[in-house]
Amino acid sequence: MTMIRHIRPALVLFALLSVLTGLAYPLGLTAVANLVFSHQAQGSIIIRDGHPVGSALIGQNFTSDRYFHPRPSATSGVDPADPSKSVPTPYNAAASVGSNLGPTSRALVARVSAGAVAIGADNPDAIREGWKIPADLVTTSASGLDPDISPEAAFFQVRRVALARHLPEMRVRGLVVQMIRQPMMGWLGEPHVNVLALNLALDAVQ
Amino acid sequence: MSVTGWTTILVFFLTIVVLARPVGGVLTRVLAGERTLPSRILGPLERAFYRLSGVNPDEEQSWSQYALAVLAFKLVCFVAVYLILRLQAHLPLNPAGQAAVAPDLAYNTAISFLTNTNWQSYAGETTMSHLSQMLALTVQNFVSAAAGIAVAAAVIRGFTRREAGTIGNFWADLTRLTLYVLLPACVVLALFFVWQGVPQSLSGVVDATTLEGAHQTIALGPVASQEAIKMLGTNGGGFFNTNSAHPFENPDALTNFVQMVCIFALGAGLTNMFGRMVGNERQGWAIFAAMSVLFMVGAGILYWSESHANPAFAALGVDPIQGNMEGKEVRFGIVGSALFAAVTTDASCGAVNAMHESFLPLGGMVPLVNMMLGEIIFGGVGSGLYGFILFAIIAVFMAGLMVGRTPEYLGKKIEARELKMTMLAVLCLPLVMLGFTALAVVVGPGTSALSAAGPHGFSEALYAYTSAAANNGSAFSGLTANPFWNVTLGIGMMIGRFFVIVPVLAIAGAMAVKKNVPTTSGTFPTDGGLFIGLVTGVILIVGGLTFLPALALGPIVEHLSMLRGIFS
Repeated sequence: MTMIRHIRPALVLFALLSVLTGLAYPLGLTAVANLVFSHQAQGSIIIRDGHPVGSALIGQNFTSDRYFHPRPSATSGVDPADPSKSVPTPYNAAASVGSNLGPTSRALVARVSAGAVAIGADNPDAIREGWKIPADLVTTSASGLDPDISPEAAFFQVRRVALARHLPEMRVRGLVVQMIRQPMMGWLGEPHVNVLALNLALDAVQ
Repeated sequence: MSVTGWTTILVFFLTIVVLARPVGGVLTRVLAGERTLPSRILGPLERAFYRLSGVNPDEEQSWSQYALAVLAFKLVCFVAVYLILRLQAHLPLNPAGQAAVAPDLAYNTAISFLTNTNWQSYAGETTMSHLSQMLALTVQNFVSAAAGIAVAAAVIRGFTRREAGTIGNFWADLTRLTLYVLLPACVVLALFFVWQGVPQSLSGVVDATTLEGAHQTIALGPVASQEAIKMLGTNGGGFFNTNSAHPFENPDALTNFVQMVCIFALGAGLTNMFGRMVGNERQGWAIFAAMSVLFMVGAGILYWSESHANPAFAALGVDPIQGNMEGKEVRFGIVGSALFAAVTTDASCGAVNAMHESFLPLGGMVPLVNMMLGEIIFGGVGSGLYGFILFAIIAVFMAGLMVGRTPEYLGKKIEARELKMTMLAVLCLPLVMLGFTALAVVVGPGTSALSAAGPHGFSEALYAYTSAAANNGSAFSGLTANPFWNVTLGIGMMIGRFFVIVPVLAIAGAMAVKKNVPTTSGTFPTDGGLFIGLVTGVILIVGGLTFLPALALGPIVEHLSMLRGIFS
């Protein structure tokens, strides 16, 4: 009997609060946000020559020696050959995921080991100069879409990129230094380099 | 570990200290029905809501009526969310053409969001339509948070009243908190997030051609509006699968900092509201201090743990200087990820900006312990405070036993009935956490969902049920939930919410009818250092005794394996 007394307020208040917080709030905010911050509201998309080349916030895959490489990504996507299967698809920005491998996982050690060997082969000069491999270049990010690498990971790749583009090493290194984003107020966040922005700058040079 | 890292933790903590009093003031005024800036603007809306729903906001409810109102409201929430998710394919605002959500998943998700857990057995960008995100999930983010704060307010009223039969009106508390606290704060926060790069769009995807000529589909949506309430309401259910690690949910170190502050803001403010309502702000600061001690210890251990590289990587030529970067984002680094993990599990938020599954064993143990203690370190909005009050009752009871005096808290005698209710609430959590874990690691449908073998697999199961019962929602997300997990986790979330809410409301009701005992020289002061130490000890001992064996089987064995180089 007493429960019945609560049915009307429960139903009506739920409906009213739903309209307010589930429709008016997000839709109203969409309208205002697209008016005031339209670029960000639509995903901070970068347009080059009239075509979208990616988002300033979302990483993308680079494999060519001419570009700086991002971190490994654990995202997967539908196999084009067999739609019932999924295959590794780095930087699939429609399905973010981390590796979720634990610290004592054999698969993790095997993957990092293979990654370290491949990176050593790609950047023989850096290894010869005595660099250790920056950890972010062999570990997957949490989102699989990390747009950034550490400054060390960028410097590590400078020689390779400079050789592939026939640019003076100092020029490429200077570009990296320019692109490093320092912590806010000197303490908030980590120094990092946005890979897409760096590669766009590289393309603009040449 | 670095100076800048410790600076981050310290500045974050000081921000919370500074916020506690103003936030507490606003909450107190709103819950008392006093005029505030938002109520001057939205006042007509509040009155219209009451008229249409037949509520008299001045008519107070007994504890049982209050509890029934909460349960009736939650029932409506469950049915509504379940139906929207099941029917989303036929409803508007579905640009990506998402199919209906499967029954076990829709059930799990409905319970998950109405209990403020926001455990996600699904990947948002590949499962939910925009309408489901807004009308089903965002709504629950608001009202489950408001309901949590409402219950906390009712519990405090129980302590402040003398020989009274009522503890407030749930409908008025719910409406006022949503209209005058959560909604205005979220509008400001969401706009800030959009400014920093969080999308707020009704289109489904953007198709881009990368610099190397590959095709990239970028998922978009009304993210910012959900992001704001997800953090402020300690909900934690992300728009995207990877939650606050996704650059669209959390684009930079500044948004990361703001998100962490949001998680603690209301929980810290509630300690001050508690002090104001019982007429002695020091009582609130004592709770704040005990919470702060536990927060600092957890955050410190996590930061220390994750600053170390995985020892197996050194032989592979990997530089250990960056620490454990697997499952972390470069822009947050170690301290931004470790602090976030501590904060999100101190509170019952459960948003993540790093993959907890990939933390080193002791680093992953800290979030686990934070949840096992009942998320009373600032805690979920409302649930953190009433959860803490349960431990305070145990602490004064133990103090009473030691000196042979009837225990009192805030001028009320604590007697057998209240203590039984306290123990019921405190014991049902470990029962769910440990009982279901024990079941899941021996039955086929349980183990088949685990992504790891050995101690890490055990931790994965333990983490899941701990997160569910504590209404946290973060995960060792290697787990691929199947119907067995969706059903048992759903049960765990319900027990974790309602087997605490109903007993604490019963305690509030029992307190309200009691007389006030005058303070004498024999009264144990609950606003000083001795109480802070005692209650902190009680929390750690209760948690330690209950969970140490399980922790030994999971993270502790894994830590020793890692040092010995044993992999599985």
